[in-house]
Amino acid sequence: MGMRKVAIIGAGMTKFGEHWDRGFRDLVIEAGIKAIEDAKLTGNEISAGYVGTMAPGSLVGQEHAGALIADYMGLNPVPITRVEGACASGSLALRQGMMAVASGMHDIVVVGGVEKMTDLSTADVSEILGGAGDQEWELFNGITFPGLYAMMARRYMHEYGAGPEMLAAAAVKNHRNGAMNPYAQFQKEITLTDVLNSKTVADPLKVLDCSPITDGAAAVVLAPLDKAKDYMKNPVEIVASAQASGTLALHDRPTLSGIPAAQIAAQKAYAQAGMAPQDIDVAEVHDCFTIAELMAIEDLGFFPRGEGGKATLEGKTAIGNGRVVAVNTSGGLKAAGHPVGATGIKQAVEITWQLRGQAGKRQVPDAEIGLSHNVGGSGATAVVHIYRKVGA
Amino acid sequence: MKESVSLTWRRIPERYRILGTVCKNCDAYFFPLRQVCPKCRRKGRIEPHKFSGRGTVYSFTEIHSGPAGFESQVPYVMAIVELEEGPRCTGQVVDAKLEDVKIGDPVEAVFRQIQVDGDEGLIHYGFKFRKVKQ
Repeated sequence: MGMRKVAIIGAGMTKFGEHWDRGFRDLVIEAGIKAIEDAKLTGNEISAGYVGTMAPGSLVGQEHAGALIADYMGLNPVPITRVEGACASGSLALRQGMMAVASGMHDIVVVGGVEKMTDLSTADVSEILGGAGDQEWELFNGITFPGLYAMMARRYMHEYGAGPEMLAAAAVKNHRNGAMNPYAQFQKEITLTDVLNSKTVADPLKVLDCSPITDGAAAVVLAPLDKAKDYMKNPVEIVASAQASGTLALHDRPTLSGIPAAQIAAQKAYAQAGMAPQDIDVAEVHDCFTIAELMAIEDLGFFPRGEGGKATLEGKTAIGNGRVVAVNTSGGLKAAGHPVGATGIKQAVEITWQLRGQAGKRQVPDAEIGLSHNVGGSGATAVVHIYRKVGA
Repeated sequence: MKESVSLTWRRIPERYRILGTVCKNCDAYFFPLRQVCPKCRRKGRIEPHKFSGRGTVYSFTEIHSGPAGFESQVPYVMAIVELEEGPRCTGQVVDAKLEDVKIGDPVEAVFRQIQVDGDEGLIHYGFKFRKVKQ
């Protein structure tokens, strides 16, 4: 298509968690500076930026996030554009940045994701996040996001005979990974019994099936692949970027036991990369609820339909199993935390560190190919990126 | 979410009467109503259609942590109901506990109060579902 190849030449993030002392701009600037320093840029090379953030207007009363970030990053008059796709906002920003570099419009582009969520009560945050669904036909009638994913879980269990321990196994594995990630919100292991005995939020989902409310930001710097080595000795190439839309309301989907938009995005991404699911060594998938991880690893083709739960319970997605693919080495949304706009970029940062061999105790041995899977709402937006260690 | 008078008023025909649409080109039914048939697109012929309100439970949950306006109702059962004309919608199941509801149960729409905006705000009405005795 005449498009240029694109690489990540810098990556950075804040610790995810409750940052009572730090605001929206403090978080995103910290992540941006870390990514720029990682790429060893002066700042003058940057010609554009994109930021993914879902709801700063509702969460902290601040819209116009692109201009705020350009200003406080000291980057004026560089254009920075905010993009929004609910919990997939970060990956949409990455995709916009990638297209800007691939097209030749810009050379060095900084891409960020951020959400500042803990300034409001849990009830207020839940209501704002509800806006990712259909306000007039889902939320109005009393459903919640845990409730929507609970209805997916019910169908998944009904159609495949899966048990609650299979859902819980995803949370246990992600907490084990999160315990090895100094950036994770929860660096503590939990057991199957802990999950199964935790309080019900929306039956059959328990508190420990759900990702938390989190403050955080992440950023990457993109460059044309042919110039990437000028900045970074081990850049990571983005070999595929695919996005698909599905119905806004869960009830309008043909199936509830998988996410059709994610299946389509995955197929498109594999086609772009000329790869298959078995080529992936490490994947960050959107586990906003445990059921979402089981559906994700099936939608991505790592396991046949209905077998994601059993595979998770058997440890096939754990780090270092050497059998299939390591899933959510960061701890996923469950343990690393889910500052919604930041999540897609955090996934890219984690994959970058894994492919550069910088993931510390949670390093997947010999990881060369990575994938990120980011979902907005109950599945109305899905984005899949595939990454390759340069030289692999 | 606190809804303004006009925001809730304009949805009254749909929420009170289960009024949706049908595409006369391909016979697909839409509730909530759609103005564009996703299959036929510009070839679609959209007309109003009043739904019977009868259907079956496709999936369900019991909400223990409710949103603002629903705190006093928890725990309550919510379902995705497949209407007999084909489309599915989300609503509360009344007069039932979690253990009373199964996938496939026949239900019918009933007119109910949905939520109240505080002590002096609007009272919102709409549809919920109740099990039909077999």
